[in-house]
Order: sequence, then structure tokens, then C-alpha cells
Amino acid sequence: MSSKAVHGTDAASGAERQYFDALAQGHFNIQRCGQCSRHVFHPREICPHCGADALGWVRPSGRGTVYSYTTVRRKPEAGGDYNVSLIDLEEGVRMMACVVGRDPHGVAIGMAVQARVDAAGGAARVVFEEVQP
Amino acid sequence: MNYRNLRGKTAIVGVGHFGLGQAPGYTDMELLVRAAHRAVADAGLTMRDIDGIASSSTAASMWVMSAIETLGLRPTYIDGTCLGGSSFMSYILAAAHALESGQCNAVLVCYGSAQRTATVGRAAVTEARKSLDPQPYEAPYQPLSPLSSYALAARRHMHQYGTTREQLAEVAVAARLWAQRNPEAQERAPLSIDDVLGARPVSDPLTVRDCCLVTDGAGAFVMVRADRARDLPNRPVHVLGSASAVWNRQISCMEDLTVTAARQSGQCAFEMAGCTPADIDVVGLYDAFTINTILFLEDLGFCAKGEGGSFVSGGGIAPGGRLPVNTNGGGLSCVHPGMYGVFLVIEAVRQLRGQAGERQVAGAKLALAHGNGGTLSSQSTVILGTAETV
Repeated sequence: MSSKAVHGTDAASGAERQYFDALAQGHFNIQRCGQCSRHVFHPREICPHCGADALGWVRPSGRGTVYSYTTVRRKPEAGGDYNVSLIDLEEGVRMMACVVGRDPHGVAIGMAVQARVDAAGGAARVVFEEVQP
Repeated sequence: MNYRNLRGKTAIVGVGHFGLGQAPGYTDMELLVRAAHRAVADAGLTMRDIDGIASSSTAASMWVMSAIETLGLRPTYIDGTCLGGSSFMSYILAAAHALESGQCNAVLVCYGSAQRTATVGRAAVTEARKSLDPQPYEAPYQPLSPLSSYALAARRHMHQYGTTREQLAEVAVAARLWAQRNPEAQERAPLSIDDVLGARPVSDPLTVRDCCLVTDGAGAFVMVRADRARDLPNRPVHVLGSASAVWNRQISCMEDLTVTAARQSGQCAFEMAGCTPADIDVVGLYDAFTINTILFLEDLGFCAKGEGGSFVSGGGIAPGGRLPVNTNGGGLSCVHPGMYGVFLVIEAVRQLRGQAGERQVAGAKLALAHGNGGTLSSQSTVILGTAETV
């Protein structure tokens, strides 16, 4: 697995705060369970697979594929149509995100994508761009 | 006691609705009370006989307390669970337990919404919900809620099983054809597959005609023990099986977008009822979006996984088709006031009583009503039958 540990659970706050604090610093982290070794997203307090209180943060590779997608229609003056996708990360977790940097109507299931942290719209969020598989 | 022993022990004896479509000047609660009053009267009871209540609202978290206060009840059984649109099916098994145990004697299940004409618009409610019920891992991507979640499921189903845009449209067209036989349905104008495909795209692959109506409306029904039901004026509609299942809340946490928790709720409900999909005469499936009907036909076992598209093709679920589905016109063409589940139960009861007029399924003895809530999140199935099926 290409993910690497960045730090353990910080008891000073819940997982959601820790996730968004890291994201605001430009870091996209997901969790991995020290008990059952499975990756977890969205961030949680205990493992949803085995129930253990053993979740730690890891940095995912950011490589993923489009599991499904929709093009949300929006008037051009409001910014135009945009993509909303479900992305399967190679660590085995799924997340909602936008595929950006291309015509939203050309996104396809199975498309290889790479994560990056985007803070252009204000609050930082993870977005994906198409890459060659 | 095994819960399966509850099979047939309770019955729905009264149904009522009010304000379908547009009911300007009414509040959610006023609509609920009007429907409740009709359901209780239909049961041959008075509001003083009601000692159990089940209700919820998409806006007010303590809704059932307000309903009790407004109706003037002193219930010994109260269920305020909110599973979204499937809540009103989910109440049925719990109410059966409470009735059979003697905790109460008559349960009123009721719902009302003025979402179409309310002074607090849906946009304001959506905005308020962002802070009261945040979805921080989906909201930054601005999915249309709940529409985009269903669009993602539709796209995946098309990719995985070859389901076509035309097959999704068939669901909307079948609902409209049934609605044309129901004078209470809100949308009865002719609708073709081309009309659905050519309608305004909202969240691809779904167009506005793949989406349920946005209406006002209220509905209610009354449950009692089967022995008491025999002495009441209407032909009793017995509760044979029911179950609910939730596997996720957010669409991004749904393991397989082509398989819903209806697989679990359906299996449990059929086991309790002691019948199979082939035995069911009339079906109601919560059609908030056209993909729902296809998913639930598969997950409940009316066809194999992936074959829902071909099942609905060629008028398969329209009048005269292989299976009568959503005979009232469904959420797509009859009524959809925020949460629609209660209307599926009402339609099943009318079919089993033989009171469905021009849309009556001849000789219907077994009905299935299936509710969905959230973004393919909650699934509740109920199987109802006439006295001879008990």
C-alpha cells in the first residue's frame, strides 16, 4: 500500500476537526485502522469495519477511479454545468468529489484521476483531475 | 415471542388524505389533522379511541409532540422515528408489536406537508438544514440534494447493467398512465418517452420528468388488532409482513450503488408474510426518481439484479403490463409532499378493499408497499393482505 502514516489519533479534538485542519494546511489524509488494517473515509472516531478504537491518519496516494458521476446543470451566468463524482481511491475507500480541469460532460466511469487540495473557492476541499492510467 | 408471529395479527382499518396538490393557507399540522380526522372517521372510530400515534416531519425534530398536542391525545404508544420517506412503513411493525402486546389499542399514523405553498420556501429549508444536519464530506461539491445522489445511482446502473435512458423514461410514462386513471392524481396530461428524454436536464442522466412532483398533501391511516378490525365498517387490510433496513445515510457511503437495503427489508418482510414476489397482486414502490422503481423491483425480487430496465420496458409496469406498479400514479405523477410513504400504504389499502375505481387491480388480495428515505438510505417494506390471506 502506498499510503504512509502521518500521525496517530489526537485526543484533543474529534476526527472531523483534525481532517479539516489538515486539509486547510493543504494535506489530504484518510484513516487506517490499526486493528483490522482497513482504510476508512469519511473520518470517524472508531472503525466502522471492526469497531476498534485504533484509527490513525495516513496520506493516501491520491490515485483513484471514477465510480459514478453526474453533471449538475447550472446556468452559464451562475458558473455553468459542473461535475459531481464518486471516486474510489486505491486504498479502498470512496468519496464524493468534483473532477475539475476538463469539460464536465466528458467525465466517464473508470476514468483514472488524481487528487489535489483546492482552496481556490475559499474552504479547502479535495478535487480530482484526469490522469493517464 | 417471535416477531413473525405478528403475521396477520393487526390490520389497517381506516385511511384518509387531505389537500393533495396545492393547499394554500394551511400549515403542515393543519393538513395532518384534516387527514387524520378522515382516517379515524373512515375506521369507524373517534379521535378519543386513538391511544397510539406515529408521525414525523422533515423540518421539526420534535414533531410528534406537536401532533399529540394538536390532536388532543393522551397516547400510551408514541413513535416519532424519522427515516425520511419510508418512516410511515417503518411505523407499521413497531405499531403491530405495541398493539399485540396490549400497550395500545388504536394507532394513528399521520403526515402532512405544505411544502409546495408554505411561506418558508424549500430553498430556506435546504439552507437551514445545512447547519442543522451538516453533510461536510458531500456539501463542498454541491450535489443537488437529494437529486444528484439518485443520478449517480442511475448512471452506475446504466454502466453496470446496460440500463438505458429510455427504460428510465418508461417508469415515468407508466406512472402517468396510471395517474390518468386516478382522478386525485396531480399530473394527468399525456407523457411520452420522448417527452421525458427531451425534458430539462437537471443532474445527468436525469431530467426534470425523472423526478417526483413537489406538492402539498397529507395522509393518515389507523391500525388496530385483527380481532377488533372485524367489528369495524371497512374490510380489514391485514399486516402480513414488514421490515426496515438502513445501510448508509450519504450516497458516498453506499457500498454498491446498484444494490439498496431493500434487499434486506424485502427478504425479511417476505419471510414474515410467508409469500414470494410472484404472489403479490399490486405493488407500490417509492418512486422519488425513475431509477428507484427499477432498483426496488430488483432488490425486492420481482426480477433479477440488472433486469429492472427490461422488466419495465414495453409498458411492463403500466396498466395492462406484467405487474401493476404505482397504480395511484406514484410520486412521479400523483402526489409527493416531501415524504410520500404514507400514500403508498393508502393506495395498497384501497386496492385491497376494491375501492380503487378505474385503476382497480381485479381481485387484488396481496399488496406490497415499499418506502425509501434519504438518498437511497432507508428502506421499509410492508406486505398487506385481505382477510382470506391471513
